[in-house]
Amino acid sequence: MIDIFGVPLLALLGQMLLGLVNGSFYALLSLGLAVIFGLLNVINFAHGAFYMMGAFAAWGLLTWTGIGYFGALLLVPPLIGLLGLVVDRLLLKRIAHLDPLYGLLLTFGLALVLEGGFRYQFGVSGESYEVPESLQGALDVGFMVIPKYRLWVIVVSTLVCLSTWLIIEKTRLGSYLRAATENPTLTQAFGINVPLMISLTYGFGVALAGLAGVMAAPIFQVAPLMGSNLIIVVFAVVVIGGMGSILGSVVTGLGLGLVEGLTKVYWPEASSTVVFVLMALVLVLRPAGLFGRSA
Amino acid sequence: MIRIVFCWLLRALSPSLWATLTLTLCTLQAQAAYSDNVVKIGVLTDMSGPYSDLAGPGAIVAAQMAVEDFVARQKPDFKVELVTADHQNKGDIAANKAREWFDREQVDVVSELVTSSTALAVMKVAKEKNRLALITGAGSSRITNEDCNDVTAHWAYDTYATGSGTGKAVVQQGGKTWFFLTADYAFGQSLEKDTTAVILANGGKVLGAVRHPFPSTDLSSYLLKAQASGAQVIGLANAGSDTINAVKQASEFGITPKQTLAGLLMFITDINSLGLKATQGMYLTEAFYWDMNQDTRTWSQRFYARHQKMPTMVQAGLYSALTHYLEAVKATRSDDTQVVMTQMRKMPVNDFFSHNGKLREDGLMQHDMYLMQVKKPSESHYPWDDYFVRATIPGAQAFQPLALSRCPLIHK
Repeated sequence: MIDIFGVPLLALLGQMLLGLVNGSFYALLSLGLAVIFGLLNVINFAHGAFYMMGAFAAWGLLTWTGIGYFGALLLVPPLIGLLGLVVDRLLLKRIAHLDPLYGLLLTFGLALVLEGGFRYQFGVSGESYEVPESLQGALDVGFMVIPKYRLWVIVVSTLVCLSTWLIIEKTRLGSYLRAATENPTLTQAFGINVPLMISLTYGFGVALAGLAGVMAAPIFQVAPLMGSNLIIVVFAVVVIGGMGSILGSVVTGLGLGLVEGLTKVYWPEASSTVVFVLMALVLVLRPAGLFGRSA
Repeated sequence: MIRIVFCWLLRALSPSLWATLTLTLCTLQAQAAYSDNVVKIGVLTDMSGPYSDLAGPGAIVAAQMAVEDFVARQKPDFKVELVTADHQNKGDIAANKAREWFDREQVDVVSELVTSSTALAVMKVAKEKNRLALITGAGSSRITNEDCNDVTAHWAYDTYATGSGTGKAVVQQGGKTWFFLTADYAFGQSLEKDTTAVILANGGKVLGAVRHPFPSTDLSSYLLKAQASGAQVIGLANAGSDTINAVKQASEFGITPKQTLAGLLMFITDINSLGLKATQGMYLTEAFYWDMNQDTRTWSQRFYARHQKMPTMVQAGLYSALTHYLEAVKATRSDDTQVVMTQMRKMPVNDFFSHNGKLREDGLMQHDMYLMQVKKPSESHYPWDDYFVRATIPGAQAFQPLALSRCPLIHK
C-alpha cells in the first residue's frame, strides 16, 4: 500500500473526508456570517448561540412534539430566522448607524445571555440527539467506512452553500441586496425597501446557523456551549476567506476543514491551532483575505 | 490553661461525670474553643461552567443537607453557617475568594473545589491561614502527593483510583490491548501515564495513543486511528465534553460495541446526558452509585427531591466530608484546624458514601471504589438505572499505597 509520510493513502483519504464534514459546518456557519457582514456590516457574535439554539430546537421538537429530524430540518431554520428578525428589529436596528464595533458588542452580549439561559435550563452536559433512522448505518466507500449521516451533511451543506451563492450573485433579488450594501440611499431612491431587505438578510443568515445546528445535533452533543466552541474557528474562516466574501467563506470553510483534518493525522496536538496560524499568515500577506477585495 | 487540662482529663477519664457538669466552668471553657461560636463552611465550586453538572448547584444542595442533618441529629451548641461562591474554574479567582473568606468572614473550612487548578491554589491559601480545605471535586493525584499538606483532605476520588481501577479491571476481564485518546494537558497525560502503568503491570499492552487538543468537538479522526490500531479497548484519558463527544462519535462510527470504550474519568451525569444507547457496555470506576443499597437510595432520593438529578460521587462525597468534619468539631469541641484534622484522621468514615473509610496522613480519604458497567437500554428499568456494580475495589488497592506516596509529610 502507498504511504504518504508514513500514513497509508487509504487512511489518509478517510481522514480528509472527515475533514470535509467539519469543513461543511465551517462553510455553513461562515456563509451566514459573511452574508450578514457583507450586507449589514454587523459582526454577528451571536451566530454560535443561534447555531446552538438550532440544535436545541431540533431536540425540543423531537422530545416534546415527536417531530423528527427531517421535520426539524424544514421547521427550525425559519423559526430561528424569525428570531433573528426580532433581534434585528428590536436591537440591531437601533445601533445600525453606529460603528460596527457596537454591533459586535451587542451580539456578543446577546450570545452570553442566550447561552447562560440554556445552561441554566439544561445544564452544561446537554442532551443527546439520535441520528435519524433512514440515515443510520455506514457506507463502504472503498477507502473507508463512513457513517451515512456524515455524507449527508457534506451533500446538504454544499447544496445550501451553492444555492445561496447563486441567489446572491446571479438573481435579481441578489443584485438588489448587493446594491443596497453598496449604496443604501440610492437603492432606496429606486423604490426598494432597503430596511426590510436588511432585516430579511439578517434573518436568513441566522436561519443558516439554525440549519447548521440541526445538522450538528446528531453528531455532536446538543449542549449550551457547543456554539462558542466553534464560533472562534468560524470567525477565523471568515477572516481568511475575506470579510463579507460569500464564495470565499464557502471555499475557505471546506479548505480549512481539510487542512485541520490533515493536521489531526500528522500532528494532532496542533490541530486546534493550525487555523489560527493560517489566519495570521493570511493577514500578513493578504490583509483583505484570500477572496476579499481590498478597500 | 490548668482548667483546660483539668477539663480534658475529666472528660477523657469519666465521660459520664463530665456530662453531668454541662453548665460548669468546663463547658464554658470548652465553648470558648469555637471561634465566635460559629462554624462557617464555604463551598467553592463551578456554578455555570463545564463541571457545574457534576458539582455546582448540586454540591451546594448536598452541603445544605449535610448541615441540616447534622444540626437536627446532634443539636450542637454552636451555630453552623454555609457560604457559597462560584470559582469559574480559575485558580486565581478561587484563591482570592478563599483568602477573603478566611480573612474577613472567619470561614473555617473551604470545600468542594472541582477542577484541580482551583484545588491546588486554595490548598496553599488554606495552609498559609491554617484553615481546612476539603476537596471532593478535583481529581489530580498531586493533591496528596507533591502538593500535599496537613490541612487538606481529598475525599471522593483521584485520577489514580479512577484510571487504575478501570484499567486493571478491564485488563483482567480480557481487554489486553489498549489505545488511548488523551486530552493534551497535564490532567490527561497523568491519567494516561497512571493507567498505562497498571495495564502493563497486569499483562496488558498499549498499542498507541493520540493526544488531542482540549477541548475538541470532533474526535472522529482520532477514533478512526484507534479503530485502525485494532486495540480491544479505547481508553478515554479526557473528561467532560471531550469524553461525551468521543463516546457519541464512537457509537456513530460503529466502533462500539466491536471495541470497548473505557472512561477513565466519567460521572453518572455524563452517562445520563449521553443516554444508555451510546454508552452501553462501558466500564468506569466511581466512588459512589445512588442505587447500590438501601442507604445510598434513601439519601439519594432525598437529594433528588431537592435537585431533580441523582447525585454524583462528588456531591455525595461532599455530604460525607462535611458531616465527618462537623462530627469531628463536635467531638473535640473545637474548630481549631489541627485539632479537628487529628480527630478526623482518628475517626473511621462510615456512612452511606464510604465504608471503613480512613483519612490518611497524606490527606487522602481511602475508601472502597466500585467498578461499574453501563447497562443496555433494555436492562434499565427506571430513570438513572444506569450501572451494574461489577466489582468492589477495596480502598487499599483502589488508591496509591502510602509507601509510594510522594507526599513530603510521609517521608519526613
